[in-house]
Amino acid sequence: MITLFGVFLLTLLMITAFGIVRAQNLFAAVMLTGIFSLQMAAIFFILDAADVALTEAAVGAGVATVLMLGALALTKDKERPPARRRWLQITVVVATTLLVIYATFDMPRLGDPLAPVHQHVAPWYLSETTRLIDIPNVVTAILASFRGYDTLGELFVILTAGIGVLFILANGSSKNVRPTGPVAESAGLRHHLVPRVVGRLLIPFLVLFGLYVQFHGEYGPGGGFQAGALVSAGFILYALIEGEKAALRVLSFRVLAGMISAGAFLYIAVGLAGIARGGKFLDYSVLLNDPIAGQHLGIILIELGVGLTVTGVLLTIFHAFAARGQKS
Amino acid sequence: MEFFGLFNYWAFAVLLMTGMYAVISKANLVKKLIGISIFQSSVFLLYISMDKVEGGTAPIIQAGVSDVLYSNPLPQVLILTAIVVGIATLALGLAVVVRISEAYGTIEEDEMQEMDRE
Repeated sequence: MITLFGVFLLTLLMITAFGIVRAQNLFAAVMLTGIFSLQMAAIFFILDAADVALTEAAVGAGVATVLMLGALALTKDKERPPARRRWLQITVVVATTLLVIYATFDMPRLGDPLAPVHQHVAPWYLSETTRLIDIPNVVTAILASFRGYDTLGELFVILTAGIGVLFILANGSSKNVRPTGPVAESAGLRHHLVPRVVGRLLIPFLVLFGLYVQFHGEYGPGGGFQAGALVSAGFILYALIEGEKAALRVLSFRVLAGMISAGAFLYIAVGLAGIARGGKFLDYSVLLNDPIAGQHLGIILIELGVGLTVTGVLLTIFHAFAARGQKS
Repeated sequence: MEFFGLFNYWAFAVLLMTGMYAVISKANLVKKLIGISIFQSSVFLLYISMDKVEGGTAPIIQAGVSDVLYSNPLPQVLILTAIVVGIATLALGLAVVVRISEAYGTIEEDEMQEMDRE
């Protein structure tokens, strides 16, 4: 039954993808990407990846859609129709699809417990997490502790991308800018009753849920990445309803920049504290006298760092796009 | 049901190449970026499909319950961070497109190339 449901969702996903590529109205294409992400999140969920589903729903369907709409408001929302059919590209793509499908016949079936991916290091993580770290969510344990180096790297990629967006959009001449669309309008949607009432009801719960996900990440699905996306979605909704300026009064650029650097700094500081206490970089066991309590402390601190940086970067990027529209 | 055992990977192949098609055949830069994110999502699907164990559940260990089968947490960790990095890089791409549009007045690749030739 669940297999059939998965097949149904995947078919829907492929249809949506075709729709996105075919749509000549870019606004429609962006809306379809939101639907695409939501279907993807549902598929992740039935494949037992609750953390990933939460992230995909918050990031893909929420933040990404708003960012793309912000970009469309600054550019054009119509695609020029193609002059002719591109047979060469279609042939290449279809041939490659068939090749990849042919290659999949060597893959183990879905859910095969004997697949190579389940043999190597994964059983060790599942069996040793309780002994070494003693938190229920193995995904958080790997993310924050076993593979803390990877997460540190990812955090700095996000940091760099945020700084890059600021460098590209925050200065330079902005001729040809046509302030249209919901983001550019500084008054927001304040005069529209329904979005305002519904939004006002949603925002506190969204931010509260974000905080819950942040601090409950060791016990259930959640953690800094998901919480960052959820909290920034709450503030973006606030900016869309009350206007860009009102949102910046709550969290100014200065505060956001502080959050971004404080998060990254906190992560590195926890790592260095491990060295100072006589352990290795990002080894939390030595932070306190009890290794397991040390692991708990380390994970909470670095998840907090991740949450701060992700919230800061996503909101900064949003404001950079929104402010660009108002400059002219 | 055995027939559908590889369906996830077929969907991956189709989505991968749908994204690829948008990147190589569309002249519109926003469409190209959307194509890249479809391409990227398909890779996420490949990884997450591999984590599933038949009869397994999400890898959150329940205290006091022993004979539970958990799905593989490792691909989930990799994709979890990749999704957030994906949105950050998408934003970077969109920022570049906005600046291109300001400089050229268009986001169609071939129109830009014509302007450069003149």
